[in-house]
Amino acid sequence: MDPEARKVVELGYGGSERLTMNMGPQHPSAHGVFRAILSLEGETVVGVDAVIGYLHRCHEKLGETLTYTQYPSIASKTDYVAAMCSELAYVRAAEAVGKIEVPKRAQYLRVIVSELQRVASHCLWLGTWCLDMGGALGGGATVFLYCIREREWVLDLFEALVGARLLYGFHQVGGVRYDIPAGWAQKCRETIALIERRLIEYEDMLERNAFFQARTQGVGTISRELAQTVGLSGPLIRGSGVSYDIRRLEPYSSYEDFDFKVPVETAGDCYARYRVRMVEFRESIKIVRQALDGLPEGPVSSRPGVKSVGQVRVAKGEGYARVEGPRGEVGCYLISDGSAKPYRMKWRGASFSNLSVLPHILIGTKVADVVAIMGSVDPVFGEVDR
Amino acid sequence: MPALPPLATEAIHAFIVGFIVLNVIIGMVTYVTLLERKFAARMQSRIGPYRVGPHGLLQPIADALKLMMKEDVVPRQADRRVYNLAPIVFLVPCMLIFATLPFAPGLGVADLNIGILFFLAVSAMEIVGLFMGGWGSNNKYALISAMRAVNQIISYDLPFIFVALIPVVLTGSLRLSDIAAAQAGMPFVLWAPYWLPLGPLAFLAYIVTTLAAENRVPFDILEAESELIAGFRVEYSGMKFALIQLGEYAHVIGTSFLGALLFLGAWSGPWSDTSAGWGATWFLLKAMFVFLLVTWIRWSFVRIRVDQILAISWKLLLPASLVLLMATGLVVALRSTGNG
Repeated sequence: MDPEARKVVELGYGGSERLTMNMGPQHPSAHGVFRAILSLEGETVVGVDAVIGYLHRCHEKLGETLTYTQYPSIASKTDYVAAMCSELAYVRAAEAVGKIEVPKRAQYLRVIVSELQRVASHCLWLGTWCLDMGGALGGGATVFLYCIREREWVLDLFEALVGARLLYGFHQVGGVRYDIPAGWAQKCRETIALIERRLIEYEDMLERNAFFQARTQGVGTISRELAQTVGLSGPLIRGSGVSYDIRRLEPYSSYEDFDFKVPVETAGDCYARYRVRMVEFRESIKIVRQALDGLPEGPVSSRPGVKSVGQVRVAKGEGYARVEGPRGEVGCYLISDGSAKPYRMKWRGASFSNLSVLPHILIGTKVADVVAIMGSVDPVFGEVDR
Repeated sequence: MPALPPLATEAIHAFIVGFIVLNVIIGMVTYVTLLERKFAARMQSRIGPYRVGPHGLLQPIADALKLMMKEDVVPRQADRRVYNLAPIVFLVPCMLIFATLPFAPGLGVADLNIGILFFLAVSAMEIVGLFMGGWGSNNKYALISAMRAVNQIISYDLPFIFVALIPVVLTGSLRLSDIAAAQAGMPFVLWAPYWLPLGPLAFLAYIVTTLAAENRVPFDILEAESELIAGFRVEYSGMKFALIQLGEYAHVIGTSFLGALLFLGAWSGPWSDTSAGWGATWFLLKAMFVFLLVTWIRWSFVRIRVDQILAISWKLLLPASLVLLMATGLVVALRSTGNG
C-alpha cells in the first residue's frame, strides 16, 4: 500500500465526522460474500477494511482427502463462474506431477471449453458490472438480462456436452471425460456467431453512452507498477499495460497452435479493463473457431480403464500448473506421495490476488465508485475463500 | 330545506371532485407500475408479469394486497414519530400536485390562477418527507440517501422551475388551463421562432430535469440500490413502503402530466372540442408518452455519480435553462414590440 493511503487508513474509524459503513457481506452489489468496512467522510471513502473468508470450505484440505478422479468436480466449486478453468488447473497439476501425456484431441477440447467458459464468465461479468452501476431498476438490469441470455446459450452447450450447467467435472487426469456429441460443433459455431453479433450491440449501448463513460473512465486507476507489485493477473494487469497472458507466455494444452492476440490497454481504469474483456470475448470466439476447425481425431483421454477410483495414481513428486482463467492466473500446486490422493494441494486463485488491489484504489473515491471498481475487478468469492 | 351557503356548496363540490381525482390517480398509479414493468420487460426481451389475471392485468392489485398484509417493522433505534410520519409527509405533496391539473377544459379540482407555481412549490415539498424517512430510520444507508436527496432536489429544482417557466413566459399566465389552451394550434414543443429550436430544447431540458426530480435512473442516486440498498426507504415495509412507492409513482405521473401540458399541448387533438372525454383521453395519452419516454431512458442508462449529477445540474442544466428562458423572453419581447 502506498504510504499516503496507509496514513489515511491508520487514522482509524474514530473521527467525529466519519461514518463507518458496512458494504457486505449481505449487500446487493457484493459479488458474493465480501465485506468491505468503509470509512466515509460525506461520500468520500477514506478507509477500507476488507474482510474475507465467509465462503471458506476447506478446499485444500478436501483435496487431500479426495482421489484424483473425485476432486476435479470439487475443483469446479472454487471458481464456480469458470468451473472449466479451475478443473483444468487441477488436472494439469496432476499431469505435471505424474508426467502424464494428454492426447491432442483432448487438448483441443480443453481449449474449446476453456474459451467458451471465458465467454460465459465475461458475459456474467459484464451483466453484473452494469447491474452494479446501473441499478437493478435501470439500464444496468437491461444489459444484465441481455448478457444472461447469451450466457445461457453457452451453458446449454456445456449441458449438451457434460450434462451439467454450472459445475462440470469435465476434465480428468489424462484427458477429458466426454467427447463432443454429434452436432455439437455446429451448434457451438452458431452460438459463438450469435454472441459475436450481440457483442456489437452491447458496445453500442455502452460505449456511445456518456453516462457509462463518465462512470468508468478515469475511475479506479491501477498503475502499471501497482499492478505488478500487488500481483494482479488476467484482464486487470492487461488493462494496466502489462502484456501478461499465460496462454501466450507458457502455452499449455496446445495454445501455441492458435492465432490470437492478447489485448492490452494502458489506461488502467475501469474502462480499460472493460475494453480488454470485450476484446477477449472476440479472441476467445476466434480460438474456439480455430479449435473446432482443427480438431484432430483420436482418443479423448490417455487414462487406462480402471475398476475403481482408487486405481488412478500419480507418481511421487510435486509440481505446479497454471492456466489463464477468465479472471487471471489460476494455479494449483500438488505434492503426490504416489497414492490415489494428493499429499498436499494448494490453490492460487486469481480473484484472491486481484482483490488485494482494492484498498489501494478505493481510498479517495466516492461510494458509488466502490461498486463500480469492485465490479471491474470481477472477484468470485468461491475462489477467494476456497 | 334551506339552501346551503354558496361557500359550503363549493366546498362539497371540491371535496367530491377531489375525492374522485384522488382515487382515479391512485388507481392509475397502480396500473402505471404494470405498464412500466411490461415496457421494461419488452426492452429486456422478457415477458413481464403474466400469471396474475390475463396478461398479468391483476398484478398491481396482488402487489397492493401483498404489501397490505406484510408485517410493519419499525427499527428499534428509529425515531418512531418521524419514521411513521415520513411516508405521509412524502405522499401528501405527491398527491397534491394533481389538485391544479386541468384534465380537460373545466375538468379539474381547482384551476388556480397560480396553478403552475402551486405545482412547483408542492412538488418541491416532497423532499421533507424523503429526509424525514432517511433520518428517522436511523440507518446509515438511509442517512446517506437523505443527504443525497437534499443535494439533488435543491440542485434540480432550479433548472426545473426555469424550464417550466418557459411556457409561462410564452402565454403570460400562470394558470395551467390558460397554458393548455394557448397550445390549441401548436404545442410548444414545436415552437421554433426564427428557426431557433427553443421548444424542442426546452422539452428536452424538461425531460432531463424531471428524471432528476423524479429520482429515476440515471439520476436515482437516492435509491441507488447497488450502493445504498434501497436508500431512504431501506427500513420501510408493508403499507408504509407502499405509500412511499405510491407517492413516487404519483410524482412521476404528475410531472408527466405537467410535461404533456406545458409542451405537448395538453388536451388538444382530434375531436377534443366535441367532448371533455376526448380531451382527457388525449391528455392521458400524451402524459403516458412522456412517462414512457422517461421510462425508456430509465431502462437504458447506467446511474451516474452524485458529484457528476451535481456538476451536470450546476454547470450545464442551470445555465442552459436560464439561457433558454431568456431567449424565450427576448423572442416574446421582440414579437410584442413588432406587433405593437
